[in-house]
Amino acid sequence: MPKITFITADGAERVVEAASGVTVMEAALQNLVQGIDGDCGGAAACGTCHVYVDPAWTDKTGPATPGIEKDMLLLTDNVRENSRLSCQIRLSDALDGLIVRMPEGQH
Amino acid sequence: MTILTDHAERARTIPLDQIDVSDPELFRQEALHPYFERLRKDAPVHYCAESAYGPYWSITKFNDIMAIDTNHKVFSSDHTHGSFVLDDTTLNAVDGGIYLPNFLGMDPPEHDVHRMAVSPIVAPHNLLRFEATIRERTRRVLDSLPIGETFNWVDRVSIELTTMMLATLLDFPFEERRRLTRWSDIVTTRPGYGLVDTWEQREQELMECLAYFQQLYAERKKLPPQPDLVSMLAHTPSMQGLDDTQFLGMLVLLIVGGNDTSRSSMSGGALACSLYPGEFAKAKANRALIASMIPEIVRWQTPIAHMRRTALEDFEFQGQKIRKGDKVAMWYLSGNRDEDVIERPMDFIVDRPRARHHLSFGFGIHRCLGNRLAELQLKVLFEEVLERYSRIEVAGEPVRVPSNLIHGFIELPVRLHV
Ligand code: HEM
Ligand code: FES
Repeated sequence: MPKITFITADGAERVVEAASGVTVMEAALQNLVQGIDGDCGGAAACGTCHVYVDPAWTDKTGPATPGIEKDMLLLTDNVRENSRLSCQIRLSDALDGLIVRMPEGQH
Repeated sequence: MTILTDHAERARTIPLDQIDVSDPELFRQEALHPYFERLRKDAPVHYCAESAYGPYWSITKFNDIMAIDTNHKVFSSDHTHGSFVLDDTTLNAVDGGIYLPNFLGMDPPEHDVHRMAVSPIVAPHNLLRFEATIRERTRRVLDSLPIGETFNWVDRVSIELTTMMLATLLDFPFEERRRLTRWSDIVTTRPGYGLVDTWEQREQELMECLAYFQQLYAERKKLPPQPDLVSMLAHTPSMQGLDDTQFLGMLVLLIVGGNDTSRSSMSGGALACSLYPGEFAKAKANRALIASMIPEIVRWQTPIAHMRRTALEDFEFQGQKIRKGDKVAMWYLSGNRDEDVIERPMDFIVDRPRARHHLSFGFGIHRCLGNRLAELQLKVLFEEVLERYSRIEVAGEPVRVPSNLIHGFIELPVRLHV
């Protein structure tokens, strides 16, 4: 089971484990990680699961996908190079150890 | 009650091609649900050939609404195709309406530029700044209410609180804030529904609104930037050179967007607490439930009944052929009652799992900009309500807004119990 570390804007860390195949957003919701809401259920349509992927992991997660994910991020405050909607990152063994940071607030 | 029984029977038996869910009278009577239930079951993508707004499609299932709302390349909101609601007169100079372009009625890239110009108003640090003000005002309003006596909750609580909020967002002269309420109400109405008598009157009042804000704009322009919406418009580089209609259009969006909607969730929340006293008691006993109670209020009420798009190309959807130029109404009010996605959808359940998964704020690039602010106002209001009262009792028939857009109340007679 891949492990993911969520870090809040003020530095608090939460490590959770989740099954391969679920998304980072779902892993957060299953483990009641504060700061990820996932209002749209994973359709890249609400922007309430915004995370910054740790620079060491961006190669493995890849950049935001063109289409609705990019369109939504374009409208989000404080987006950066490494911004992703976490409902669009699917966990696998290759992502075991993934570190993501959360913005100060979700849209 | 007999009216509603009649509607339930009629909704079950009427030929599908005669169903027109856009009729404002059905909303005034809150008689929509049986028709939506029928459509979800028998014609989830339904064509109505004749209505006051011309022919239109109705999308009534949760996931279908999501699919249309997120496909902005095919399903446009742009004001050049009419409006983002069924009634084109809300946004365009047709049939007596006036032209009020704004970013809810724009496609990218123009939409994105306008939206980003005003989005700092709801940035986390601003919300934090607002919370103390909201709490202080909410307490004052609640403290002024009678106990055990019937009063109109809409006027004394919902309108009062949302109008004060709006005055703060715009930094509008506080004593004149009920003018905002009036402007908000007349934008979404037509003559003949009790608010304005003629199109000329509506236009004249909207021109007064423009003149008033032009004055505020000129004053703010001379001052350094401040964190209110008028100052933001005056100082954001991308917003320089808005003409009068664009300026008025933007204002109207901010006024209506943040007003009628929060107002009707405050009223709907009170009605829900009255109809489901057990749920109210549950939340009173466990205040942590406010986190799911607030989104549940917003779902249960669904303050915006529909948003509309216009198809930019022929598009086959769920076996139906939507044609280029067709109007497509996404009925959030129906999607939020879709039994395939939401368990016991008619019921108000304060500890509903995944309560945030509802359609009331829309999805995709036009998703409500003010959703966090709306939730904050509701959270503070219902925290204070739970603190003070043992029961909210709706003590008479609610009077509802005759509108297929604003799903709200004109009167809600309420009696409070300590
Ligand atoms: C419970 C309260 C509210 C509800 C139910 C609500 C609902 C909505 C809906 C349904 C949309 C359109 C979504 C779509 O087309 O997909 C919308 C857009 C919008 N709302 Fe709200 N709203 C609420 C409160 C507010 C508040 C308080 C503000 C202002 C501070 C606001 C400002 C806006 C704006 C500016 C847009 C246009 C966004 C865009 O086109 O990008 N709303 N809202
Ligand atoms: S859950 Fe809505 S965008 Fe990711």
